[in-house]
Amino acid sequence: MISATTRRAIDRVKQNIAEDGVLSIRGIRKEFPGVVALDDVQLKIRPGSVHALMGENGAGKSTLMKIIAGIYQPDAGEILLRGQPVTLKSPLDALEQGISMIHQELLLMNPMTVAENIWIRREPKTRFGLIDHARMAAMTQELFDRLNIRLNPLAQVADLTVAQKQMVEIAKAVSHNSDVLIMDEPTSAITESEVAHLFAIIRDLRQQGVGIVYITHKMSELFEIADEFTVFRDGKYVGTHNASDVTRDDIIRMMVGREITDMFPKVDCPIGDVVLEVRNLTLPGVFDDISFQLRKGEILGLAGLVGSKRSNVAEAIFGVHPAASGEILIDGKAVQISSPKAAMEHGLAFLTEDRKETGCFLVLNCLENIQSALITRDHVKAGFIDQKTVTKLAEDMAAKLRVKTPNLNETVENLSGGNQQKLLIARWLLTRPRILILDEPTRGIDVGAKSEIHRLITQLAGQGVAVLMISSELPEVLGMSDRIMVMHEGHVSGFLDRAEADQVRVMELAAR
Amino acid sequence: MNTQTIPANASAAGQRRLPAEVNILMVLVGIALVFEILGWIFQGQSFLFSLNRLKIMILQVSVIGIIAVGVTQVIISGGIDLSSGSVVGAVAMVAMSVAQVSSYARAVYPALTDLPMIVPLLVGLSFGALVGFINGWLIAYTKIPPFIATLGTMVTVRGFAKWYTKGQPVSFPTEGFAALGKGMMPVVIFILVALVFHIAMKYTRYGKFTYAIGANAQAARVSGINVEQHLVKVYVIAAMLAALAGMVVAARGQTAQAGMGLAYELDAIAMAVIGGVSLNGGRGSVLGTAIGMIIFGVIISGFTFLRLDAYYQEMIKGVIIVAAVVADVHRQRKRRKTS
Repeated sequence: MISATTRRAIDRVKQNIAEDGVLSIRGIRKEFPGVVALDDVQLKIRPGSVHALMGENGAGKSTLMKIIAGIYQPDAGEILLRGQPVTLKSPLDALEQGISMIHQELLLMNPMTVAENIWIRREPKTRFGLIDHARMAAMTQELFDRLNIRLNPLAQVADLTVAQKQMVEIAKAVSHNSDVLIMDEPTSAITESEVAHLFAIIRDLRQQGVGIVYITHKMSELFEIADEFTVFRDGKYVGTHNASDVTRDDIIRMMVGREITDMFPKVDCPIGDVVLEVRNLTLPGVFDDISFQLRKGEILGLAGLVGSKRSNVAEAIFGVHPAASGEILIDGKAVQISSPKAAMEHGLAFLTEDRKETGCFLVLNCLENIQSALITRDHVKAGFIDQKTVTKLAEDMAAKLRVKTPNLNETVENLSGGNQQKLLIARWLLTRPRILILDEPTRGIDVGAKSEIHRLITQLAGQGVAVLMISSELPEVLGMSDRIMVMHEGHVSGFLDRAEADQVRVMELAAR
Repeated sequence: MNTQTIPANASAAGQRRLPAEVNILMVLVGIALVFEILGWIFQGQSFLFSLNRLKIMILQVSVIGIIAVGVTQVIISGGIDLSSGSVVGAVAMVAMSVAQVSSYARAVYPALTDLPMIVPLLVGLSFGALVGFINGWLIAYTKIPPFIATLGTMVTVRGFAKWYTKGQPVSFPTEGFAALGKGMMPVVIFILVALVFHIAMKYTRYGKFTYAIGANAQAARVSGINVEQHLVKVYVIAAMLAALAGMVVAARGQTAQAGMGLAYELDAIAMAVIGGVSLNGGRGSVLGTAIGMIIFGVIISGFTFLRLDAYYQEMIKGVIIVAAVVADVHRQRKRRKTS
């Protein structure tokens, strides 16, 4: 017997869900040092529906999902789960309240079995309190049967393919019987037939009333699987529509409909001979048949979405992870670039994408960060560094780039992202490169530093440096480049001249 | 160095930080004062104002100090070296076997006696370099963790030391060789070694590369540093310093035994860690390690001075090592919070 009060309470919850959806988010704001990642965004997920979340790189989709999954805490705003306001203190907390997330980077424990991965923390016990492996395997099999997954519960996760791991992740998320399931680009690494299987599972879950948030870059998937979709742009909410009400072009316009301000001080400068030519560069499984030319004084923008492998091409050219086949020509002569050292000897410089992982020496000081590339070849006599000269060069360059630090002895981890980035640029400019590869030169830094870096890039091009600039920000690519090369899943999908390029054209090539 | 060319912002992070070594020096002063006070209370005499005691104290630690200078470089590069104690034992044996006098009837190589001291010295250093090369090569090119690579050489090299004379000690060195360990010679050698590598770590490209690799190996590689080649150098230098320490130990005792240098690697690591060398790599200095070595010496000789059981010494040593690492982790966390 259910009491009248309880029934009333249940009715109220049912009504709330009807109004607010199973998950409703309002006015969420999230700031990171120097950037506003999310600004007053909203999202409403109905039970038994698939809600696609769209937007360019850096639109704030992943940040929002991490807030919903309890990984980040919002600075402001409210989250309603089944009509009730909740705070999600940790991933475990979110999970216990009925929100599961399948991460893009699969977070499984490789040395353990499939079953152990799925039931971790919830292992069935024997009556002696020990783990009941037989029952755990049976439970896994049951789950797999329900989802039509053919996998041995006792297989080791390390031996599985990426698609199989994906299936394990999905089974794990489903096993929590969550009301909300978040999928972050689940098809980025699996084949078409596997995608069909995944979609069958998603439809089945939808039938059972689960609210699914589906992050994707792929238009075709949106129309195939989603009921509704929401677009974010630059951390802001743009709009929510039914998937059946719109066309592909509408969505692209929503994603890119940004004003290009005069933030980009690109000035035309004479473009000279070809200095870098890449022919048929291929790294199996990563990128294929990449060819392009880069001229003296030219800024070639390289656009593409996550997974387009732009950075991998840059790493291949600079010798970090050399390509398996293809040719690199500098000044028309074929060269072998097997290491960054070799690349530097040919006058290349490479500002890497990830400041923290491959750029800065965070625990060292500014001077040591600036000089690290220079002293691999210049200003060293009998092993001793000509520190006076190098320090002078570093100070001048830091002043020219307006690095804000009390002095160059300051540890780099105490500097803001923008200043760290300027230090890294200073590092490469000291080597006086002829070809400069910039991978996301202004990611995660404030507007002021951004425009300073843009001005600097233009200046360098004016001095005859050939610049290859990878950027996920369309306005940046469009504002800075003489020419734009667009990549899609490891292939070059097209080139656009400055005159003919606009946001819609680039997105069409990038999103296919 | 005043860098007024750069616009300064007056943030809290902008204040000049004292060198990390100052903190460690204060710890040393504090510990010494504690022993001084305890000395007056329990022994009725001064701990510090006894030249003889200080001499013995520094002598006790300088052999391991020589090793610690090498280990410091390895740890700064982001690695660890467990093989140094075994290198001490093996090099003591090998060098001593070519440093014996002809008047000793049971020399290992009767034909190779009365050689000038440069011969055993070069043989010993070469042996060290070989072990270091194996360590460095394994770590840089097979990418196995430094802990495992040097654990392997630690066991293997110790085995070699025992096999070399089938466990027999090697004695009766020439006077030239024995001079390496005479009187305050070990301290002199330590000071020279520390000075050379203090300069190398601070003012040469070798030092800058070592810090860079330890701070961020990926970034070092992208900066054009040949990370693999450099790591080999670091491990070769560390093992050569352990070899030098091995010869000093053998010369001082005028005999070599396969068990010499047992667990020295751990004391050397402890000195570096106490001296502020971060096990995460990229941070620390030879000067810090030298202070760490003296802290180590003060504690040992302080306990002896207070007539505390040797067993307590070991237990306390363990506590101090852990405390030093906790302090390091704490420092790093605080740093990160202020940034």
